[in-house]
Amino acid sequence: MTNYNSSNIKTLEFDALIIGGGGSGMRASLELAKSGLKTAVVSKVFPTRSHTVSAQGGITCAIQSADPNDDWRWHMYDTVKGADYIGDQDAIEYLCSEGPKAVFELEHMGLPFSRFENGRIYQRPFGGQSKDYGKGGQAARTCAAADRTGHALLHTLYQNNVKEGTNFLNEWFAVDIVKNAKNEVTGVIAFSIEYGEVAYLKAQSTVMATGGAGRIYASTTNALINTGDGLAMALRAGYPAQDMEMWQFHPTGIYGAGSLVTEGCRGEGGYLINKDGERFMERYAPNVKDLAGRDVVARSMVLEILEGRGCGENNDHIYLKLDHLGADVLNAKLPGICELSRTFAHVDPIYEPIPVVPTCHYMMGGTPTNINGQAFNRIDGTDSIIPGLFAAGEAACVSVHGANRLGGNSLLDLVVFGRATGMFIQEDLKSGGGVKSSDKDDIDSALDRLNKLNNSDNGYETAEVKKELQQCMQNYFGVFRRGEYMKKGLDELQEIREKVDQLHLKDKSNAFNTSRVEAIELQNLFEVAEATAISAYSRDESRGAHARDDFPDRDDERWLCHSLYDPLSKSVAKRDVNFSPSEVEAFPPIVRTY
Amino acid sequence: MAAKTLEVNMYRYNPEEDKFPYIKQYKIEKPAKDIMVLDLLHLLKEQDESISYRRSCREGVCGSDGMNINGKNGLACITPLSSVLKKNKIELRPLPGLPVIRDLVVDMTEFYVQYEKIKPFLQNSTTAPEQERLQSPEDRDKLDGLYECILCACCSTSCPSFWWNPDKFLGPAALLQAYRFLADTRDLKTNERLEDLSDPFSVYRCHGIMNCVSVCPKGLNPNKAIGEIKKMLLKDKKEIITTDGAMN
Repeated sequence: MTNYNSSNIKTLEFDALIIGGGGSGMRASLELAKSGLKTAVVSKVFPTRSHTVSAQGGITCAIQSADPNDDWRWHMYDTVKGADYIGDQDAIEYLCSEGPKAVFELEHMGLPFSRFENGRIYQRPFGGQSKDYGKGGQAARTCAAADRTGHALLHTLYQNNVKEGTNFLNEWFAVDIVKNAKNEVTGVIAFSIEYGEVAYLKAQSTVMATGGAGRIYASTTNALINTGDGLAMALRAGYPAQDMEMWQFHPTGIYGAGSLVTEGCRGEGGYLINKDGERFMERYAPNVKDLAGRDVVARSMVLEILEGRGCGENNDHIYLKLDHLGADVLNAKLPGICELSRTFAHVDPIYEPIPVVPTCHYMMGGTPTNINGQAFNRIDGTDSIIPGLFAAGEAACVSVHGANRLGGNSLLDLVVFGRATGMFIQEDLKSGGGVKSSDKDDIDSALDRLNKLNNSDNGYETAEVKKELQQCMQNYFGVFRRGEYMKKGLDELQEIREKVDQLHLKDKSNAFNTSRVEAIELQNLFEVAEATAISAYSRDESRGAHARDDFPDRDDERWLCHSLYDPLSKSVAKRDVNFSPSEVEAFPPIVRTY
Repeated sequence: MAAKTLEVNMYRYNPEEDKFPYIKQYKIEKPAKDIMVLDLLHLLKEQDESISYRRSCREGVCGSDGMNINGKNGLACITPLSSVLKKNKIELRPLPGLPVIRDLVVDMTEFYVQYEKIKPFLQNSTTAPEQERLQSPEDRDKLDGLYECILCACCSTSCPSFWWNPDKFLGPAALLQAYRFLADTRDLKTNERLEDLSDPFSVYRCHGIMNCVSVCPKGLNPNKAIGEIKKMLLKDKKEIITTDGAMN
């Protein structure tokens, strides 16, 4: 095959480039499209196929609809606590206080929110929500469009991008970051999936809005496209990743299929039962029961199963009971869940409980950024902005979710920080920030990986190696972790690394070659998996989603900090958590109970 | 035993290698449990990596994997094999009526162009309140059955009227969205929207064949929405006539 180099590929030049057409990418692009800057959204799928579409339960925000006295500070408190105190409080403050503006904007754009009788946006209770800093009982703070909030949000954003004339490069796949000798990012190498044409997409600002990478695990709620492309590109370019050990296992993935069953089910009054029909969450979280943090509920379910109280023939899952809510509520509030459950669990929740099991759902870690979406590196113990590189949404770690994300906070994260990133880039570029260039060698080295794959004439098969990787992560880096097992997992990853480096692409054709895409995606998954494994092995305490059998307690003295994975040395450093919000007093770490 | 083997007949076409499309036959061991058509495609792709198809969410909400399965359009990821197999045979083809890029992947440009034509975004130029615009639950209910569309194109590509006039007839998917905005009490461009739809082709090429209804994987009813648009257009016409009459 042709060896691509800087002189035989074309260059497309933009002011701002957004990689990823999901919620955060399209919220950023909307801001930039209005600004007159030359912007393009590069998406490997048509934007409405992005994984934001699968979000169900809603977007959590103190819009004071269900409760006119609700307060964004209460939401902030819940989020800090939910994060097990390693969320950055300046970022969480921004998320919760800017949130209402961002949500009302979505409504003005046409998002078909469900409504209360008074015409205001419908809000439902979700896990980890409280009034009055945990003292006032359960709050109902999650704004919803039935149980299809992500779909409604993503389509609304796409529609408004159409309105503003955003430039989309749909079904284009970004391969690697182009950076210059000064370690500044000047765009990406990408190819058109439809024709195979390769190009250097040059930009003054490049935003990684590429979502999560749940496909590193064998069992996940994530779409097949969630392969951590942006984070992996950043890692390969030598930029760090933060809090990669923190992966959320959602309590209710459909047993066997992995599809998500929204926490909104429990918000509307559903609850979990074991094989004896016992509502076991009453034992683990006596106050809020089934609406404890997701990490707490997921661990409780696994313990029930391990202790032999799981449901089904093999006692290996739990039941989510909804039938007592009645057909009317289920059809009005949870129609999508009824549909999914019938299709994938062969169960009608109006009559029977849904078999569920904790399933990999969300990556709390990612490329570290500040509130403006600017990615940074860590040099001599201080944060150092990487010129030209931004990240937003699940790909980023800003960090508002810390060690455990609260339900409904991911959609808010997308719109608040997608918007903030778009606004910042606009200001930055207009005031002359940016303008960087790369030379031929920089472009050529960003083409290496693609060339190597295109010229492979023997080696390993993508599908097989992917299964090995996913099984390894599932076995050794799941809900409960232990040092000796993780060590085994790390050894296995070493072997898998060699295979990933030698993938054989048999099909070299250019037109819609999904095998080429899948091979590169596997390489991306590997980078994320390795960062996860090394970070998880390093953190010898239990916090949030990271639960270690061999270190069952939280250790604030040593680990009230972020982990920062350096891909060059494959080592983990510590980074301070921000405890300096601007308007409110910081919330100090206390014992986290529900 | 022959009964344990599945015969898959798949439409294959790679523009770089094939002059014409052809049907390729694959034999595969019948899986022990019922799987989705998309899972079958994954198994086949492990055998033959040159097979190309789109997929993303694998749970029926992203709309990537619309295709023609044993003669009927549907989403591969939520179509169980048991529901479509005939004598252990299955035929997979791309969505009909759109240009094929490769194998089961069609060029959806024409479909998206029609979608964009209906101005698929809320239009309301009044100053937005500080909070949300209010909408009663009853008014919000009017959007149910409309906003859930996933743009998979199963409906439009099963519609003979769309096959004939894909450039002038908007097709059921775009019309469903046209009505989604006409039905939204927050949208104030009703007259302009109707005006845009009043030519002989955009809406009126729908002859109520109802293929759209029978294939929609989300159980939506574009035909009903088109009926509502026609009613609104008719009412609109009458009002214009009355006004003209009054002026004379």
